[in-house]
Amino acid sequence: MKRLKKHPVLDFERGKKISFKYNGKKIKAYKGETIAAALHAAGVKKLKHSSRLNRPRGLFCAIGNCSSCLMEVNGIPNVKTCVTKVKKGMTVKEQEGNGDL
Amino acid sequence: MLEKTGIPTSDEIEEVSPSKKRLKSGPVAIAECFRQIPCDPCYHSCTAGAFAKFGDINNKPNIDHDKCTGCGVCISNCPGLAIFVVDYNYTEKKGLVKIPYEYLPLPKEGDEVVGLDRQGKEVCKATVEKVEDGENKDKTFVIWLLVPKDKVMDVRNMKVGE
Amino acid sequence: MMIYADVLVIGGGPAGLSSAITTAEKGAEVVLVERDDTLGGQLVKQTHMFFGSKNEFAGSRGINIAENLRKKVNENDNIKVFLNSTAQGYYDDGIVGISHHERFKKIKAKKVIVATGASEKMLPFPNNDLPGVYGAGAVQTLMNVYGIVPGENVLMIGAGNIGLIVSYQLLQAGVNLVGIVEADSEIGGYLVHASKIRRAGVPIYTEHTIQEAKGKSNVEKAVICELNDNWEEIPGTEKELEVDTICLAVGLKPISDILIQADCEMAYAPQLGGDVAVRDENLQTTIEEIYVAGDSAGIEEATAAMLEGELAGLSALMDLGISKKISKKQRRKTKENLASLRRGPVGRKIREGLKITKEGNDAGKNRYTHIR
Repeated sequence: MKRLKKHPVLDFERGKKISFKYNGKKIKAYKGETIAAALHAAGVKKLKHSSRLNRPRGLFCAIGNCSSCLMEVNGIPNVKTCVTKVKKGMTVKEQEGNGDL
Repeated sequence: MLEKTGIPTSDEIEEVSPSKKRLKSGPVAIAECFRQIPCDPCYHSCTAGAFAKFGDINNKPNIDHDKCTGCGVCISNCPGLAIFVVDYNYTEKKGLVKIPYEYLPLPKEGDEVVGLDRQGKEVCKATVEKVEDGENKDKTFVIWLLVPKDKVMDVRNMKVGE
Repeated sequence: MMIYADVLVIGGGPAGLSSAITTAEKGAEVVLVERDDTLGGQLVKQTHMFFGSKNEFAGSRGINIAENLRKKVNENDNIKVFLNSTAQGYYDDGIVGISHHERFKKIKAKKVIVATGASEKMLPFPNNDLPGVYGAGAVQTLMNVYGIVPGENVLMIGAGNIGLIVSYQLLQAGVNLVGIVEADSEIGGYLVHASKIRRAGVPIYTEHTIQEAKGKSNVEKAVICELNDNWEEIPGTEKELEVDTICLAVGLKPISDILIQADCEMAYAPQLGGDVAVRDENLQTTIEEIYVAGDSAGIEEATAAMLEGELAGLSALMDLGISKKISKKQRRKTKENLASLRRGPVGRKIREGLKITKEGNDAGKNRYTHIR
């Protein structure tokens, strides 16, 4: 999904361009964006699968309440990607089930 | 009914509208705010004292159309974007409607646009007479639209061409 | 290592910011805890002009109000702010634990003001868990904080103020809004918001609901249908809409976790969004040290949140013996402003809910007695 360049009320001052890896692919982001937002802008809306029925899941609340966005980040599972900011060189993976602690 | 559709009835519109005589004697503001909500910036923004004082913040706006000069300061100060200025006799041939506008792209003066009514239906061609930064200087623009005279009480939005 | 304070404010949205500023301005030592990396709460996404009265920033955009309040906090040396910090619990000895950058810190405050806000309600329908189904807040976050369009063709569920406002914001972002669906027979939000949407050509379907979403790994279609007077789906009225995004604006509920855990008496007030703390007119809960303000005290809106934040702050000050006389006078004025805001027809629901919060009820009491 595209990033807005112009907006009638808001001015989007985007931070420095950085990139991170998602499932092996390089994803472009801006400093200050959350992992889930950057993935969204790159067209990735499916973030995980539900543990019992394997149903596709994605962003829902975007504020850290619902756990629909949990992914493995730099080897750590169950990271709330909707409230975690992108850092240069991060490795983001879709995790298996509930993740291994 | 307004609560079902978001569109006022013609009776409701008439209740807040100026007399036909006043409508034809210069620009005048019409507050299309039909229900009581806690809100009163319109009253505070008027420099002509045309809005009745709000005894209770929930009162509906009440414009004395004889005091109103149609200056349009209230248009960009209404959080509900519910105030319009209408000038039936702006020119010999055309009427004028001033609408609040917070979308992109902004039209340019002289542009041909489409006038939309309260249901978003296209009702006429309109020419952009002026694009003003609203008095509140906070990204609410006021667009002056030249429209056929018989459409001044219908046009409340516009569609800008590609 | 213990952090001491006169007042601990949990939550940095309009209510919390208001509490912090009110108490710090009178000389109290204040700690403000916020789980996000910015102060402002929901204000940071509100691009529309606010209603209410001049004193409560009517006519200003939420984003600018947030900036204004943030500035006041940052300029006040009496307020110590912990960002990226989540309150973990209120313990027996009145200590509040917070996790700050993954380290546990302890705060001992004489008074605690809970201003934790609200979370979004969910609507049950088949495939409501598909990517492409968002809470209204998420759509606002994506659009207004990150400038990322949530989708191309959106269906909005709910015509309360949030549904109407987010719909308008979607239009401002250039998104195609195919319509708004509202189960009730009337539009619940301010009708001036609805009128803006209608003159943009967007239909509002009252007495309609979403029957199901369709799609494989993302929303591809939504099926809506009409409801009869008993809120039952009318067969044969199904309409399939091509959408890739469904936005749920079906109500908020207070985030009451820490209040429940601290053993505050709770009441069930559907008019206020669900379980709320029983409290007096000064916003003091049944636990003497704890006050509550904003959406976590009952779902309302930002202007009321700011006033409640002020009220809770003034009550805390008076109970601490700080600036007692001035605070008493100011508190009376604040209560008058709140009452004035709530006096009209749109305040009726709130007034009914507030009656319940004073008396409490069995539904609230019984639900949480097992925790201790």
